[in-house]
Parts: sequence; C-alpha cells; structure tokens
Amino acid sequence: MTLSAVIFYLLGIVILTATGLAVTRQQPVHAVLYLIVAFLGTAALFFLLGAPLLAAFVVIIYAGAIMVVVLFVIMLLQRSPHDLRLLSEWGPAVLLGVIFLAVAVSMVFKDDGSGIVLQGAVAQPRDFGRFLFDKYWLAVEIVSILFLVALVAIIHLGKRRETDADEDDVNPVRNPNGASHPTAEQRSIISNGVKEGHS
Amino acid sequence: MIVPLGHVFLLAGLVFAMGLVCLVAHRNLIMTLIGVEVMMNAAAIAFVAASLRWQLMEGQAFVLFILAVSAAEISLGLALVVSLYRRTGSIDPDRYDILKW
Repeated sequence: MTLSAVIFYLLGIVILTATGLAVTRQQPVHAVLYLIVAFLGTAALFFLLGAPLLAAFVVIIYAGAIMVVVLFVIMLLQRSPHDLRLLSEWGPAVLLGVIFLAVAVSMVFKDDGSGIVLQGAVAQPRDFGRFLFDKYWLAVEIVSILFLVALVAIIHLGKRRETDADEDDVNPVRNPNGASHPTAEQRSIISNGVKEGHS
Repeated sequence: MIVPLGHVFLLAGLVFAMGLVCLVAHRNLIMTLIGVEVMMNAAAIAFVAASLRWQLMEGQAFVLFILAVSAAEISLGLALVVSLYRRTGSIDPDRYDILKW
C-alpha cells in the first residue's frame, strides 16, 4: 500500500465520519460545522486526485462562502429549531439509502474497470484554465447567465413586502374589499392562525 | 498509483446515500438543503475520480460547473426559506398548509 493509498483511506474515513455526523445532527449549526470538515477533506481528496485548482475552489466556495451563508441564514431565523424534531421516518429513509447503496455498489463492482488502479496525474491550474476557456467558454457564459437569474430571483424574494401593503392602502377604490388578494392585515392574521393552530 | 477506481466510487456512493437520507429524513428545510449539498459533493468526487481514470480534463471542468450550480441553488434555496419563514413563521414544511381549508 503506497503512501497515496494510505492518505486516501484516511481522507475517506474523515469525509464519511464528518458527513455522517452532519446528517444526523438536530441543530443545523452543528451540521454545518461538521460539513465544513467534510468539505475540507473533500478538498484534500481533490488535491490527491490531481485537481489542485478544484481543491482551492472547494475550500473557497463550499467551505468558505456557501457554509457561511447557511450559517447566516440559520442566525437570521431566530427561532431555535427545537420543535423541528427529526422525522420519525428514519426507518424508510435509511432503507431507501441502503437500497440505493447496494444497487450502486453492485453496479460499480460488476464492471471490470473498477479494479483499475488510478495513475497519479496533476492537471496544472494553468492548463486547466486554458482548457476550460478554450473548449467550454460557452458553458462558462451560460453559467454567468444562471448566476444573473439567481441574483434577480434572490433580490425579488428578499425584498420586504411593504410595497404590496402600500398599494393596498393607496388604491382602496380599485380593490374595495381586498377580495382579489389578501391585505397585509389579513395575511398576518392568516399566518398567526397558522402559528397558533399548531402550537 | 493511488487506489482502485471502485474504491473512490464506493466513497462517493456512501456520501451520496448519506445525503439522500438527510434529504428525506429531516423535517427542517435547512437540513434538506444541506442534504442536497452533500449529494452534489459526492457527485463531484465521482467526477474527479473519473477524470483521473481516463486522464481527461472534462471531468474536472464538469466539477467546476457543479460548483457553480450548487452555489446558485443553495443561495436561491436559502432565499426561499427566508421568504417562507417571513410568511408563515416556520421552516417546517409540514406547517405550510395555508392552502388547505
């Protein structure tokens, strides 16, 4: 067993342990922290498998940016998720996962190619970037459009709804009894009713 | 010489199954999104391993796009969660029953 293989199995143990702990936590904050460990292990694994640029991207984007955004949103929702207990349906979920895993493992090891030992090779960041912008520049542009669409949608969703309330107040004639869509008061009554009905 | 290809795929499959369980079993929208992230991470591991197996850079390019799509997905999903929390005061999907009269 070479040194690379030892490193691979250690990283595999780290990734599996951290992910397993993350998906079973009740508190999302703990899950996110364990997931950061899992992503750092994944970055090291990418480095081992010859993708140093992707390792850097995983550290920056996954472990750095995305997880911090998730943490901020968890802090934004002040209600501590104590009442969000784990579903009582761990049984069916685990059964589903085990069936999927059995099928996937049997498919992987049925193929003769799975025994091929990987040869070490490194895609230098310079070569990788040249390759990407040479052959897949259109996909890069499409991804930028995807980000633009996501940005517009997030700004629209994140806007406070005061504009709707103003509209209802300013134009009572056009919308005399608020029949077409609920006013702000009605909406708050609805949401309060939902909250009280379940607590 | 690192390891057989099947072992890397086995690792990716295990991580993917964990993400699947997290996605199905939790009753918290944030944990659901985390499950999707874990599944995308597993897909990225499999792509990098395949890229090394065939000594082609297409797999790594695909991982870059997986990263981009995953970033867009998680940010949009979190914006939806915040919007839903503002409307209903809860992030439990079972409580979204305004339309049920």
